[in-house]
Amino acid sequence: MTTDDISKSVRRIDAVSKSNGSIKYMCDYELPDYLWARLVRSSIPRGTIREIHLPDLPEGYRFVSARDIPAGGQNQLSMIANDWRCFADGDVRYVGETIGILCGPDKTVLEDLYEKIKIDYEEAECAVTIDEGLACKGGAFVNGDNIHCRLKLEKGENVDDVFARADKVVEETVETGYQEHVYLETNAAACKKIGSKYQFLASCQCPFYIRKSVAPILGIKPEDIVVQQTTTGGAFGGKEHFPDVLCGPLLLAAYVTGRGVKIVFDREEDIEFSVKRHPSKVVFKTALDRNGDILAMDSKVYYNVGAYLASSFVVLQRGCFHVAGCYEFPSFRTEGFGVATNTFPSCAFRGFGAPQTLFAVETHMCHIAEMYGRDPLELKSKYFIKQGGVTSTNGRVVERVMIPEMLEQVLVASDYCRKAREYKPGSGRGIGISFYNHGGAFTGNGESAIIKARFRLKKYKDGHVELFCGQTEMGQGFHTILPKIAAHVLEIPREMVIFDDPNTDRVPDSGPTAASRSTMIVGYLCEKAAKLAKERYKTEDEFEIETQYEHPEGYPWDQSSFQGYAYIGYGWGVCAVEVEVDPCTGEVTTLGVWSSHDCGRLIDELIVHGQTNGGIMQGLGWASTEVLDNVKGHFKQTSISDYIIPTSMDYPKQECFYVDNPYQWGPSGAKGMGELVFNGSAAAYIDALSRAIGKRISSIPCPTERVMDLMLHGEGLDSALNAAH
Amino acid sequence: MEKTISFKLNGRDVSITRNPLSRLLDVLRDDFGMHGVKEGCSEGECGACSILLNGRMVTPCLIPLGAADGQEIMTVEGISATPEGDCVVQAFADGGAVQCGFCIPGMVVAAYSLLKKNPDPTDEDIRLGISGNLCRCTGYDLIVESIKLAARRGRDLWKK
Repeated sequence: MTTDDISKSVRRIDAVSKSNGSIKYMCDYELPDYLWARLVRSSIPRGTIREIHLPDLPEGYRFVSARDIPAGGQNQLSMIANDWRCFADGDVRYVGETIGILCGPDKTVLEDLYEKIKIDYEEAECAVTIDEGLACKGGAFVNGDNIHCRLKLEKGENVDDVFARADKVVEETVETGYQEHVYLETNAAACKKIGSKYQFLASCQCPFYIRKSVAPILGIKPEDIVVQQTTTGGAFGGKEHFPDVLCGPLLLAAYVTGRGVKIVFDREEDIEFSVKRHPSKVVFKTALDRNGDILAMDSKVYYNVGAYLASSFVVLQRGCFHVAGCYEFPSFRTEGFGVATNTFPSCAFRGFGAPQTLFAVETHMCHIAEMYGRDPLELKSKYFIKQGGVTSTNGRVVERVMIPEMLEQVLVASDYCRKAREYKPGSGRGIGISFYNHGGAFTGNGESAIIKARFRLKKYKDGHVELFCGQTEMGQGFHTILPKIAAHVLEIPREMVIFDDPNTDRVPDSGPTAASRSTMIVGYLCEKAAKLAKERYKTEDEFEIETQYEHPEGYPWDQSSFQGYAYIGYGWGVCAVEVEVDPCTGEVTTLGVWSSHDCGRLIDELIVHGQTNGGIMQGLGWASTEVLDNVKGHFKQTSISDYIIPTSMDYPKQECFYVDNPYQWGPSGAKGMGELVFNGSAAAYIDALSRAIGKRISSIPCPTERVMDLMLHGEGLDSALNAAH
Repeated sequence: MEKTISFKLNGRDVSITRNPLSRLLDVLRDDFGMHGVKEGCSEGECGACSILLNGRMVTPCLIPLGAADGQEIMTVEGISATPEGDCVVQAFADGGAVQCGFCIPGMVVAAYSLLKKNPDPTDEDIRLGISGNLCRCTGYDLIVESIKLAARRGRDLWKK
């Protein structure tokens, strides 16, 4: 079948093999001649290693650590920053820091030996929270002030001048907690030297990242390593950089033992010792006129980065670029700080820093409106940014912004206006609404200056076409989407298009599967290649075409000052949530979830629909039940029975709408959307919940126990926000 | 202490000599190659390893091998080879139920188990029927729709 209407849904190519259990994930590879491995980790958040006591290791068992790194090799994982050590050496900086890797042929024996390893430490005082990090509790361990990274953005009139003449200046702190990805497939990887190259099998998002990150450990070139992605059972950002943390030790173990080595995490290990969404704290200072209209908004954005910077500066940047939400304020300033703590490094998670600040600004806007007895929607509507509007980085919004049309869809479907009027604060029922966006692809000129994506299309004699790029399928549907784009242009059946899991020796580096860029950027390169191939397809037996990313002219960006067009295409969203709260137990029942999204033209309606459902629900979990505490550097929830993600019973069927707003640099007009759909449901849910209980909520998660506590002791919605000092 | 344990696996008589306290999950995966039985949490919480034991849905990560002695086990491999199981698989594929896929074999078992007992389920019945199976990708809506599709399409199959 040819795909004449690109939006019309087709069957996912992996749907049947995933349903009948025949597709192989990393844990399903038997690899009988490989050794099993277990990471040996720090059990304290900060201190020095006095001694490692190993049990007598039987023949065939090895403990590999920093001291096994060969001359010319470096003890580092080369992520975006290179500060994350492959192995702790001398000191440890967080609970779970890799100290060594124990490997051997029998899994049970290995487990037994692992239990017998004893490590003596001299423990030091640790900093766990953002406040403790800022206060340099236990002494600063990064840059003398525990600030890993910082940035500042300003727009319009100087905010301090506006504060001086404002009718009122209010302050509010909004906080968000850790979130664990809970991809259903735990992390797993294997490494073996085959011929002259080290060959990895890995459940991952970014095979080229692994190559680049671990090669320096042996002092070899990335090209000396081959990474084959295996079918990946969910990732959500949790397998963007984190697989490097397994693959570095695996590489060294394969080098030292001369054997294949494999690791499959169990769930407890995966929750306890993996990266999380950055906890955040946003401190707003906002100037208001006498009606409560906003004159200027200043904010300080703090992200808990953990012990190593890794990719977090980019996360913080995205957070700061999104702290103005979908609004254009007359005067705006933000400062961002990535705070060092003795906790597991935070890393990518769907939204990559944007969800925290979007939740913060939406919530703060609600509280300003309520303080003046205004409906939050009415206040927010006054500031919607439009096409040509100036963004927080003094660029402009390039595309048409369809928030009014999207809002209309959500208002009609949810009956928001009537419900907002009729449900009185504290009545036990509430409806909330949120607005959000997500800048597509890498920030600014990142796609052209750093990524430089390359894509290849090959036609074979039998008429098949194969697509070559590093983009991975992790559940989002890209293995269906990309062939669909090519087939659509070439006007051939989708079944004639081959697209396999990437192998770094076979495909060009088209950049990571991250930043909602795969369809928007690589899909566009595919469309371009297919267009170039179309005439030749009929006349030539076999040929190859390569395309490379080119940044559209006229949208400058300066990465040193963060000024200009941070994104030339945004996804946009509106979400409404209605809840009912049991006055005796604080139990929240969600009665309705409505959303509308602009992700350009939909490449496949059903895939987009599935992404929307999942993203919204993941956001609802983040806002409500997904409590993850860190006490003295240890995560307290370490299983799926105490870290509570949504089940099929927790939320009602969603109503999803879309607007058609083709994007000029996307395939058939498509933009990114995988992260966008996460970005708004938390704020809508909390808005609804706070109206239902008549109490202000300034932090998430907000599980039942906290709802009860707020009902008893919380501040009323109409109480005044603190005046700024 | 090893013992010979015999049971019916996907309609075939099998036996194995092992410590009867071994996890049934490991035996199914490692000894019988039933890789569709996925380990998601190891504590009976996520449902990814769901199988049918004498027609009842259970999680073999919590069941010792010895408990299977003389019993009948169906895994997703066996279920999807039946007309009813294939009806569920095809409905999942057409209804957009599948994303990363790791929870899906367990979901197929849950859907099959539900429809066998209740060929005409309401949305609420379906949500309850899959409430022991966690999915992090889909938000469940399209899985629920796909199970409804399987119920509709397989009307005669399920009422047999």
